[in-house]
Amino acid sequence: MWGFLKRPVVVTADINLSLVALTGMGLLSRLWRLTYPRAVVFDEVYYGQYISFYMKRIFFLDDSGPPFGHMVLALGGYLGGFDGNFLWNRIGAEYSGNVPVWSLRLLPALAGALSVPMAYQIVLELHFSHCAAMGAALLMLIENALITQSRLMLLESVLIFFFNLLAVLSYLKFFNCQKHSPFSLSWWFWLTLTGVACSCAVGIKYMGVFTYVLVLGVAAVHAWHLIGDQTLSNVCVFCHLLARAVALLVIPVVLYLLFFYVHLILLFRSGPHDQIMSSAFQASLEGGLARITQGQPLEVAFGSQVTLRNVFGKPVPCWLHSHQDTYPMIYENGRGSSHQQQVTCYPFKDVNNWWIVKDPRRHQLVVSSPPRPVRHGDMVQLVHGLTTRSLNTHDVAAPLSPHSQEVSCYIDYNISMPAQNLWRLEIVNRGSDTDVWKTILSEVRFVHVNTSAVLKLSGAHLPDWGYRQLEIVGEKLSRGYHGSTVWNVEEHRYGASQEQREREWELHSPAQVDVSRNLSFMARFSELQWRMLALRSDDSEHKYSSSPLEWVTLDTNIAYWLHPRTSAQIHLLGNIVIWVSGSLALAIYSLLSLWYLLRRRRNVHDLPQDAWLRWVLAGVLCAGGWAVNYLPFFLMEKTLFLYHYLPALTFQILLLPVVLQHISDHLCRSQLQRTVFSALVVAWYSSACHVSNTLRPLTYGDKSLSPHELKALRWKDSWDILIRKH
Amino acid sequence: MPPATGGGLAESKLRPRRGRCGPQAARAACRDVAAEAVARSPKRPARGSRRFEAAGWWALLALVTLLSFATRFHRLDEPPHICWDETHFGKMGSYYINRTFFFDVHPPLGKMLIGLAGYLSGYDGTFLFQKPGDKYEHHSYMGMRGFCAFLGSWLVPFAYLTVLDLSKSLSAALLTAALLTFDTGCLTLSQYILLDPILMFFIMAAMLSMVKYNSCADRPFSAPWWFWLSLTGVSLAGALGVKFVGLFIILQVGLNTIADLWYLFGDLSLSLVTVGKHLTARVLCLIVLPLALYTATFAVHFMVLSKSGPGDGFFSSAFQARLSGNNLHNASIPEHLAYGSVITVKNLRMAIGYLHSHRHLYPEGIGARQQQVTTYLHKDYNNLWIIKKHNTNSDPLDPSFPVEFVRHGDIIRLEHKETSRNLHSHYHEAPLTRKHYQVTGYGINGTGDSNDFWRIEVVNRKFGNRIKVLRSRIRFIHLVTGCVLGSSGKVLPKWGWEQLEVTCTPYLKETLNSIWNVEDHINPKLPNISLDVLQPSFPEMLLESHMVMIRGNSGLKPKDNEFTSKPWHWPINYQGLRFSGVNDTDFRVYLLGNPVVWWLNLLSITLYLLSGSIIAVAMQRGARLPAEVAGLSQVLLRGGGQVLLGWTLHYFPFFLMGRVLYFHHYFPAMLFSSMLTGILWDTLLRLCAWGLASWPLARGIHVAGILSLLLGTAYSFYLFHPLAYGMVGPLAQDPQSPMAGLRWLDSWDF
Repeated sequence: MWGFLKRPVVVTADINLSLVALTGMGLLSRLWRLTYPRAVVFDEVYYGQYISFYMKRIFFLDDSGPPFGHMVLALGGYLGGFDGNFLWNRIGAEYSGNVPVWSLRLLPALAGALSVPMAYQIVLELHFSHCAAMGAALLMLIENALITQSRLMLLESVLIFFFNLLAVLSYLKFFNCQKHSPFSLSWWFWLTLTGVACSCAVGIKYMGVFTYVLVLGVAAVHAWHLIGDQTLSNVCVFCHLLARAVALLVIPVVLYLLFFYVHLILLFRSGPHDQIMSSAFQASLEGGLARITQGQPLEVAFGSQVTLRNVFGKPVPCWLHSHQDTYPMIYENGRGSSHQQQVTCYPFKDVNNWWIVKDPRRHQLVVSSPPRPVRHGDMVQLVHGLTTRSLNTHDVAAPLSPHSQEVSCYIDYNISMPAQNLWRLEIVNRGSDTDVWKTILSEVRFVHVNTSAVLKLSGAHLPDWGYRQLEIVGEKLSRGYHGSTVWNVEEHRYGASQEQREREWELHSPAQVDVSRNLSFMARFSELQWRMLALRSDDSEHKYSSSPLEWVTLDTNIAYWLHPRTSAQIHLLGNIVIWVSGSLALAIYSLLSLWYLLRRRRNVHDLPQDAWLRWVLAGVLCAGGWAVNYLPFFLMEKTLFLYHYLPALTFQILLLPVVLQHISDHLCRSQLQRTVFSALVVAWYSSACHVSNTLRPLTYGDKSLSPHELKALRWKDSWDILIRKH
Repeated sequence: MPPATGGGLAESKLRPRRGRCGPQAARAACRDVAAEAVARSPKRPARGSRRFEAAGWWALLALVTLLSFATRFHRLDEPPHICWDETHFGKMGSYYINRTFFFDVHPPLGKMLIGLAGYLSGYDGTFLFQKPGDKYEHHSYMGMRGFCAFLGSWLVPFAYLTVLDLSKSLSAALLTAALLTFDTGCLTLSQYILLDPILMFFIMAAMLSMVKYNSCADRPFSAPWWFWLSLTGVSLAGALGVKFVGLFIILQVGLNTIADLWYLFGDLSLSLVTVGKHLTARVLCLIVLPLALYTATFAVHFMVLSKSGPGDGFFSSAFQARLSGNNLHNASIPEHLAYGSVITVKNLRMAIGYLHSHRHLYPEGIGARQQQVTTYLHKDYNNLWIIKKHNTNSDPLDPSFPVEFVRHGDIIRLEHKETSRNLHSHYHEAPLTRKHYQVTGYGINGTGDSNDFWRIEVVNRKFGNRIKVLRSRIRFIHLVTGCVLGSSGKVLPKWGWEQLEVTCTPYLKETLNSIWNVEDHINPKLPNISLDVLQPSFPEMLLESHMVMIRGNSGLKPKDNEFTSKPWHWPINYQGLRFSGVNDTDFRVYLLGNPVVWWLNLLSITLYLLSGSIIAVAMQRGARLPAEVAGLSQVLLRGGGQVLLGWTLHYFPFFLMGRVLYFHHYFPAMLFSSMLTGILWDTLLRLCAWGLASWPLARGIHVAGILSLLLGTAYSFYLFHPLAYGMVGPLAQDPQSPMAGLRWLDSWDF
């Protein structure tokens, strides 16, 4: 304890100067003139609006990925003191003075800069030489596409940092710790960090899932070898497996939930995306629907006035609606109708959306005292508030879905077509068979008593006679649960006026009461997650969209920004030398591996065992990483852009020096060959640097080039470089 | 590292099974051929007991087959009306008999066989197959149903033999056979004119022959080895020729073959030449042979369907030219496009149609109020356009002018023949696709403005070339805005007569939507040539019909507000399919798996994964297993693994599919799942009996267990058989109904 009295206190610092230099160069390349251009560049227009929502604490829904990525960007805004007041509507718009451009772009740029030393470390941890590691880092440093992407307020660089690099690096560190000191402090640290990095990556984009699976797969294979290691006791093996399961499975799940928790805590105000969510979810947000529903009576009683919202809400969220007009006597196609009052689904709030729940056995339309709640299985009539006609269906074909029944509000024409307006209430999410119908919370179905048809939103738009509102039908063959047949009460109050005139006045006046109902976090999480996955944006065409096949050879680019006056411009355009040689390296790696594998199978061992294992591990992580980040795009139907390829590209860049060192170490037989090869590599790298430097004006957008120079940069016909016509 | 342990395991444990199968296996392996050899060969010592055993073996197989046929053919003629998809496949069978061309999303083999069965059994192809429920009356339909039931009946013996070969255990095979015989779902699906029994027949035949040729591995290049190998190839071609789902069994056979070759390659006692021979044999039998057969089915398909029919519109103009009755058949038209020609222009994408215009304006508020331009699938006078030079309005058909051909890159004007308006575009947004520009008809008697000028380009051609009718793929580029004429494929509302939207897209990507070809071509100044020279070659036709099929398949998207079956519903037997009848007075048939069988299958998959991983971990930890247990775990891991792979391959890909899915898609996977159940329970019971060996009744446990499972499934079949054989009377919701007690899930509605 008193050791320092006996021996001097010595601090030995081991500083890898090349690592420091790499970090410095990385920071320089990514942070240089970060605030230029002071205008909205490409997808900043998309992410920027979410940052503003975070700043203003307004709820939003984005289907592009889980919220962690948006939160990282918003953190930059928070640190810079952004108030969220900027209209993100146009690429190229000048930022106003209140937008802290530097701090907004800082975090992605830092992630991009740190990727450079990270690449160095990964190659080192794969047990390749210092030289190869430097090569990987230098390639990362001069890759134009990576520079462009990380200097802007975009997510890819953060994703690459967390996923590709941090997760792989910490797994490798952990794996190397495993050999000499299992269960040590650094062992635990790197293992946990792997789990954390994985969940961060999944939290930024769903694409991260694939690389997560890759890391899990590698960990599983290593664990399987561990099980086969008979020098370890059973208990020891069990502890190893348990530690891995906790770190790689439990921690990511918990963190993923945590992201959503923070997201929902931060965003508590209602906003433009409310409509997509269920009534219950909307009611849990401040403002919006909550302002209306606050203090509504919970239990629906006979005599209640309600609006009914369709749970499925596709093609648009809408409410059960009726109005004075009747169905046309004869439709365009010659079929006849009942000519009774139209019942539709209407996507806007309207006084005609109000319905009164009536007890078929009584006449009054007010809530008795004490209120008699409606229960599952009760018979009800639904009376339209303003016209006092009741909801009815009968054996007449619906206007647009002839296989279903027409739903109308009954008008007695005295033509021996009796009213069939009794409906049985079924609460879908009931706890028991005597459950009470609750506002917002209960999801109910209305089953017609005479024909057992179910009230359903067909999704079709009525023609002009129905004001293009949505068609409501009685579905005769209803099989299983489907959202389009399920409704919930959104606005609700106890009706008190006997007279029709008073009641109309009552319907027009806003409802107010005061109780707040909160959904549990898990309920909100699962709804949010489900909607995110189910949301489909159908507009699938973009000027700069591309197909995965074009990425490998860099046949496409994206124009990010053009200076409003000069021809200075920013493009997402890769360093073509690196792209092509990366793909070549991958091909060489695959062919060589196949060759070695076949030879080993015939018992010819070209490589010593440790070199072989190193070669396999590097390949599984780098080539495998490339495959899992690239191939899934072929199955995707969404609009794809060149920047989706960047995570895969980083893995190729990691593989490149590995292959080069392998060729030099094992395939070059003589010293002469080795020297020639090294010279070739140096020449190749200088050409990459040259290309990088030539494309620099398009990467930073700081220099205005003449049309002639721009034309000279258009190396491929498919590249779209903007040339001003004067 | 991994190959070391895996390889060692395979070499030590697996090979003995293949090498010499032991007394029991020798009987099972290659039995069909070997047994005949035994019966014929006088040299073999035919001992009494052996002969007795062989007779028993044959009797059991015969019993299983007989039972399967009996259940499938029982009440096959009922109901005597169209059930469910019979309306499609029966109709397509009729098309083959009538030789009219049609389009379907599946490859032709299945429907061709149905047509053939109908033809041979005296069906004349006159029944319309309009909608489910239509009575067959005097039309002969039993031939087609009988054929499907015949193929469906073979599933049970095939599964029996496969399991017997994989597990070497009669009881496992019997259990599998019972599960499949007594499954109401399999039974129902085999009794109607559908593609599924044919597909499943080929899948199981491929599986059986693959397993058989695996067990002949110790005698490579012998006659049975070649027989089973080529039979595998034939079955694969059959499976793929019926539905594209056949790709999954191809994948399974492929994986098995790769593993097999990998093992052979690692066997250092074999020379590389021998390995090369093995490789060639497999390439020949498993790649070349199936491809040849598959192509042959298409050749027959094109040969038989030589008359124009309902499928014409889906195919390109050149394709249609070979169908007799189509207006392009034997037509003779001028070959090269010239100024003044009257033409129709067809979009190259399937089911878009001809460029069309008519005397109606775009309604108020939708772009400029000018004449509509749409695409229309039917042939009509309003599809005719006159191709003119952009700068003159003189009549090029005036005989004093020489003929001038249109060349790639020319600036032209397209005048609508009926209304004399020019094809026109401008910076107004298109009616439905907001990012594109509107296309209209503009001008009076051919006089318009510079927005009527289009540059005509041939895809992948040099400038200055002439443009060929039918063959050239052309694009129209609008001169002023630089956009491309295309059709978005979206249906216009009522005001546009529900024809398809035509737009001018500013995105210059080459998609089929913006590529057109000239179909009709009238120019009195040019000589007509016969279209026969333009007929597409067979590979082109093959390619085109595949493109059309793939496009059709991906076009089958579920609608938002419809109930659709989800893959996770299937293994739990969540919901069936109504084959016939709705009300209580109807004759109702309901496709639903026997819940006892299906839930047992589900339980078995879980149990299998559990017991399999326990055994695998124990072996990896180096536990010494007694010989008998080691043998049983080999059966479980290798035989069961093979079958589990089949189940996985036939089930999980459906989760990735975007098209509409139905319950019956699960049945191929269900066959594999039942085989797994058979193997698993037999092995587990044997392990159990071995564990309790000290107990006097230990052997009885196995027998009792298998017997109770057999009887249980048979009894459940007795309960649920009305689902398959048909029922009349109150619906099961009604407590009066005899089926009321059997509605175990609320989602079943029979």
